[in-house]
Amino acid sequence: MRLQDFRSAAIGPALRPNVWDIAALILVVGAMVLIVYGGEQTTAPLSDLERAPVSLDPSHLPLYALRTTMRMLLAIVCSTIFTFIYAAVAAKSRRAEMVMIPLLDILQSVPILGFLTFTVVFFMNLFPGQVMGAELASVFAIFTSQAWNMTFSMYQSMRNVPKDLEEATQSFHLSGWQRFWRLDVPFAMPGLIWNAMMSMSGGWFFVVASEAITVGNTTVTLPGVGSYVAMAIQQQNLGAIFYAILAMLFVIIAYDQLLFRPIVAWADKFRFEQTASGEAPTSWMLDLFRRTRALRALTLPFAAVNRMVSNLRISLPKLSPAGSNKGSRPSRLVDALWVAVILGGAAYAAWLTYRYLSASLDLSDVFVAIRDGMITLLRVIVLISIATLIWVPIGVWIGLRPKLAERVQPLAQFLAAFPANLAFPVFVFIIVHYGLSANIWLSPLMILGTQWYILFNVIAGASAFPTDLREAAGSFHLGGWRWWFKVILPGIFPYYITGAITASGGSWNASIVAEVASWGETHLQATGLGAYIATATEAGDFPWVVLGIATMCIMVTLFNRLLWRPLYAFGERRLRLG
Amino acid sequence: MLDQVKPSALVDIRNVCRSFPKGSGEQLLVLDKVDLTIHSGEIVGLLGRSGSGKSTLLRIIAGLMAPSSGSATCRGETIIGPPNGVAMVFQSFALFPWLTVLQNVELGLEALGIDAAERRKRALAAIDLIGLDGFESAFPKELSGGMRQRVGFARALVVHPDLLLMDEPFSALDVLTAETLRTDLIDLWIEGRLPIKSILMVTHNIEEAVLMCDRILVFSSNPGRVATEIKVDLKHPRNRLDPYFRQLVDNIYARMTQRAEPRAASIEGIPGTGVGMVLHHVSSNVLSGLIETLAAPPYNGHADLPVLASQLQFEADEIIHLGDSLQLLRFAQLSEGDLMLTDAGKHFANIETDARKKLFAEHLVTYVPVMGLIRRVLDERPSHTAPATRFRNELEDYMSEENADDTIKTIVSWARYGELFAYDEQSETFSLENPG
Repeated sequence: MRLQDFRSAAIGPALRPNVWDIAALILVVGAMVLIVYGGEQTTAPLSDLERAPVSLDPSHLPLYALRTTMRMLLAIVCSTIFTFIYAAVAAKSRRAEMVMIPLLDILQSVPILGFLTFTVVFFMNLFPGQVMGAELASVFAIFTSQAWNMTFSMYQSMRNVPKDLEEATQSFHLSGWQRFWRLDVPFAMPGLIWNAMMSMSGGWFFVVASEAITVGNTTVTLPGVGSYVAMAIQQQNLGAIFYAILAMLFVIIAYDQLLFRPIVAWADKFRFEQTASGEAPTSWMLDLFRRTRALRALTLPFAAVNRMVSNLRISLPKLSPAGSNKGSRPSRLVDALWVAVILGGAAYAAWLTYRYLSASLDLSDVFVAIRDGMITLLRVIVLISIATLIWVPIGVWIGLRPKLAERVQPLAQFLAAFPANLAFPVFVFIIVHYGLSANIWLSPLMILGTQWYILFNVIAGASAFPTDLREAAGSFHLGGWRWWFKVILPGIFPYYITGAITASGGSWNASIVAEVASWGETHLQATGLGAYIATATEAGDFPWVVLGIATMCIMVTLFNRLLWRPLYAFGERRLRLG
Repeated sequence: MLDQVKPSALVDIRNVCRSFPKGSGEQLLVLDKVDLTIHSGEIVGLLGRSGSGKSTLLRIIAGLMAPSSGSATCRGETIIGPPNGVAMVFQSFALFPWLTVLQNVELGLEALGIDAAERRKRALAAIDLIGLDGFESAFPKELSGGMRQRVGFARALVVHPDLLLMDEPFSALDVLTAETLRTDLIDLWIEGRLPIKSILMVTHNIEEAVLMCDRILVFSSNPGRVATEIKVDLKHPRNRLDPYFRQLVDNIYARMTQRAEPRAASIEGIPGTGVGMVLHHVSSNVLSGLIETLAAPPYNGHADLPVLASQLQFEADEIIHLGDSLQLLRFAQLSEGDLMLTDAGKHFANIETDARKKLFAEHLVTYVPVMGLIRRVLDERPSHTAPATRFRNELEDYMSEENADDTIKTIVSWARYGELFAYDEQSETFSLENPG
């Protein structure tokens, strides 16, 4: 109340700073200093890293956390730029779309750490002797865990831009460039932000692997939370693990509060609906910025630049999507040529791959990879089933209690970001102590991070379940099993499928980290495709890595096409409420 | 206003045809040899039923769609892409939900590269003109439908177009709001305060066309053609109760229903109207209700369409469409703006549900060729099932995919009511088994 009074008393020149300005200014200056400091570190020569290895002293953690944060931030910026370009080209050009969308589908199923194996050498050679090369490799690894789903989301949005708005932009002579910034990007914004948040969780999950890089003879340990964890595991330092968890907790909360919440609250205006409904998301950070006069003035130049850039009369080549207004049919001949070029390229690539792989691999290697893949597949199926049995009832129970759901949602999202490596000590200790089979008891690590996707999608589904249907079920005395199978399970099905798809994809990815666990000198290994790839990577056996990744790609893609897609389509067609 | 002295053509449409690819890959003609000239200083209305190609013609003039053949020029220049000096108002408003009222209005000016100060001045003037003062910083979702369409008008007017195109601008609004907006617009028009020379509007509301337009082009369907042109020489503001006004409305109703007769009479024999007839979905509940209403006093089996439409709160094209369906099923006859029950229709009104279903089924098999066909195929096959695609492919020889979808939907719904055959949505098959 007092602050309120203070504010109304301060009606003077519009730009006179108020009390909020001071708080906000500290935040901004602090952020700038940290970014500059973090940036300076990356240009240091590589030998510095060897002289000053990662230390487990907790006093270093804040700086490590900062370095990790910077990498994440850089990766998300790169992902966004990549998304804008890739999605725009794919959505506007029919021929590009024919190649780019299936390609994206495959890229999505390539295990994230698979990219690291191949790119680290490339990036190290780009900046020989500098930390920069390793930094870029690390950023690229995080980028690959973020970019694909963001791009898909943007592409989907651009293909579904409302027709009337599209006609309005044409009718009012907006150029292609203006249209992109005024229509396509705003329309895609809510989906893009949601996916960016998901991506961020994915990035954290692999933070250890992307900072403590070991590929064959190349070993790089970049200062950061991930390397800190790796070192703590190596030295069996439980205290350090605890500090790392604390640091991560802090950074994830800071990301959520300082970056994503404000963006979500701000982006609420881009939600495409014609009526005001529901509660708008809020953010104290955004409120802070909106209340501060001087800071708002600070953002004015940015707004002006944004306006100017989006209004530039850049004429893009007119790439009109299918069903263009000229009524002319696309040339069959050019299409045929285009397909021929693609097929030719694919055939050449296949031949190259075959030649490379056949030099060192024979058929028995392929069988081993497929056998290991089947084992991992079995694990994924069993784990998803178990997670479903556990989290669906709990999620429904929570989702039907809105107050509780509100609190659990962010917690689940947060748990999804925790790397499996942090649980290594517990798992390794239990398995060794009780002499359990690593093949069975390492498996839960795979779903440690991904089960939460099932939980929070089920919660979302149950909260969205219409009250009138619940009341109807109540008035007809539906209870027990009948209530579950006739009422709530069909009601949450589409949401559950979305969660299960994410969880299953994530579990495949996590298998590389989860099927091999170590704690100090104790190494445990399960049989599976993840362990296969992890071992081959560590040994630097590229042909085996390629084979493993290709096998995983094929299996994930088949699994998606044969199981999840049909289920998803069924859910959307028959069980989508409203 | 000086150039109004000699009537110069703003838009000239000559011999324009437009076709769309059908499901089967051939072309479906929706606009057939249409001529239209728009001069300065007039309001022209395109009136017709859905599917008559009037919106297609509007989009050709707006440069959003190219004609398949013929010439379309705007001030002597061939229309390729949206021409300068033409602005459009959309049925769905087409406002950008993330821009405020002011930003939405400024949008068209930004695209023209007008500098910020001038832009602001003109936008505020347009907002002022259209009665949106005080709403500048509101977002569209905070506004009522009527206010949103005012933003749509302001956005179009601010670019000072010569020609304002309106695509059913009032049809998404409730009756009162629509009337207020119409009169406000007409008032501004007759006071000469609108920065435009002419208006071209698409509508399916006959009274709206007579109320606003100087000239009405009535379209016939399948393919869309200009059936007739009607001059409205009533002075603004017009009075809906004026006998001459009523007479004009009645005349147009008569003309629009006139077209339905030869088509209905030629169901058998003439290719394209047999199995390939487009069926638009009407619920059997609505049909039964309409038959009951017609049979009861005050109509006693004979109703004047405008009267019926206003009592049941239907738009002109909706009531004509319903009448068409009844006529197809031989429960009623449509002619000269009147709807009369046949003997079968009167009988239908007086019987119980099960008997109604039986009668409905008999009429379906006898008078709707595609229904008879499906029933015959199901009877002949030993399995008594047939995939829907078999019939859809046949339909798509005659119509667009969209119409084929609509027709299949109608077939399923009517067959279910008449218990003629069953349809399984999952496997998309028709069958004779009746789950009761």
